[in-house]
Amino acid sequence: MPLTELPDAEAQCVTLANLIRPQLQANTLLVGIHSGGAWVARRLSELLELPGEVGLIDVSFYRDDFGEKGLHPQIKPTSIPFDVEGRSLILVDDVLYTGRTTRAAINELFDYGRPASIRLAVLADRGGRELPIYAEFCPWRPGLGDSEELVLETSDTGHLQWRCSQHA
Amino acid sequence: MRNPQLNANGELIHLLSTEGLPREALTRILDIASSFLEVSDRDVKKVPVLRGKSVFNLFFENSTRTRTTFEIAAKRLSADVINLDVARSSTAKGETLLDTVDNLVAMHADMFVVRHSSSGAPYLIVDHLHRTGRSDVHVVNAGDGRHAHPTQGLLDMYTIRHYKKDFSNLTVAIVGDILHSRVARSDIHALNALGVGQVRAVGPQTLLPTAIEKMGVRVCNDLQEGLRDCDVVIMLRLQNERMNGALLPSAREYFKGYGLTPKTLALAKPDAIVMHPGPMNRGVEIDSEVADGPQAVILPQVTFGIAVRMAVMSILAGN
Repeated sequence: MPLTELPDAEAQCVTLANLIRPQLQANTLLVGIHSGGAWVARRLSELLELPGEVGLIDVSFYRDDFGEKGLHPQIKPTSIPFDVEGRSLILVDDVLYTGRTTRAAINELFDYGRPASIRLAVLADRGGRELPIYAEFCPWRPGLGDSEELVLETSDTGHLQWRCSQHA
Repeated sequence: MRNPQLNANGELIHLLSTEGLPREALTRILDIASSFLEVSDRDVKKVPVLRGKSVFNLFFENSTRTRTTFEIAAKRLSADVINLDVARSSTAKGETLLDTVDNLVAMHADMFVVRHSSSGAPYLIVDHLHRTGRSDVHVVNAGDGRHAHPTQGLLDMYTIRHYKKDFSNLTVAIVGDILHSRVARSDIHALNALGVGQVRAVGPQTLLPTAIEKMGVRVCNDLQEGLRDCDVVIMLRLQNERMNGALLPSAREYFKGYGLTPKTLALAKPDAIVMHPGPMNRGVEIDSEVADGPQAVILPQVTFGIAVRMAVMSILAGN
């Protein structure tokens, strides 16, 4: 998919926020998955005018491919600056693909306590699921082939944008 | 010759010494350790990185703190930890080190954490595993003779970076019985690899190894001169049990000349931190007022040590 046809990621954040807004509860908290999901979670937090910090999660220690790939080269500390017990969490990621990252993030969240619920919000659901996971909030569902790579990036000005490339 | 710590791709598969490790490898360990630090504050203090793996603690020499922190680190990574009191069992019955290793490999060990009074013992194990085609079993050196104690060196680097952020302009004084200290050697190699401003080896001539200046340190036989304007003071334990010769007149005499007191510490920068690998001999190398004072970071060192050991074990297991 050439760059010109890719949607505006910033506009998608607004759409995603509008999808979430009617479902917000008093105890709703956002948790972004490093690194793309963390950017989107911060955007959503501003757009939805949520008080307090968003949680940030790095699933490197929970990945199911550790045995094959070892530790991810760039690890950021997980930071959950609130008590998750009994809260309604919305897990935020940029791209939903196999569902394995989401699985790892859910496992990690439960090591912080027992949330009332966890729902999933993503900017793009590209299909290709390998686990029974569904994004309740999602503005874009492109069907991409396995050889296509969809990545959310930040520009020099901090603007969110998509990059799609072919790999062998 | 290939660095025995690295595999053919240059990845760390054993941790034997800080010597010869490039700055990037050291920095990566410290970065990953900072992610693990947070795990110990969680409700469930565990991540599944080493789930299903067996870590064997092989301590041929006594140690409480190091063995315990390795055990905690492995358990927080969800590994199964087996502590072998080798000094009192198989070795006492006459089994060789390598036979012990072969037996544990046959029990499906994934990692050995080894402490031995002989310098080079962990290298012997790595070499043996390599020759028997079992390089998939990882070895962490938890202290070998006077040679190296790399995880202590790394946790010292973590502590310094935590409080001082940048290494380049720092002056670090390592004070005391450097002759017998594997911690000092591991610290000096790591500090130089990380590009520290100046390392000083401070102690009486009888407790400094000959030609230590070749390791890239400035030698100071005078404590006052050694402490002046430094940013970090690493005190070493006076290793009484290793002092058979007449290296010192007495412990009291040593304290007079090289003990860290509020008065001598005042020569360092006002924000200097005081470190000690433990166990401390209060009143021998360090005054209680300093050990319990605001500049001491000796207990944070212990906490950081768990995160650093978690980082080391998870990096090795993943390569």
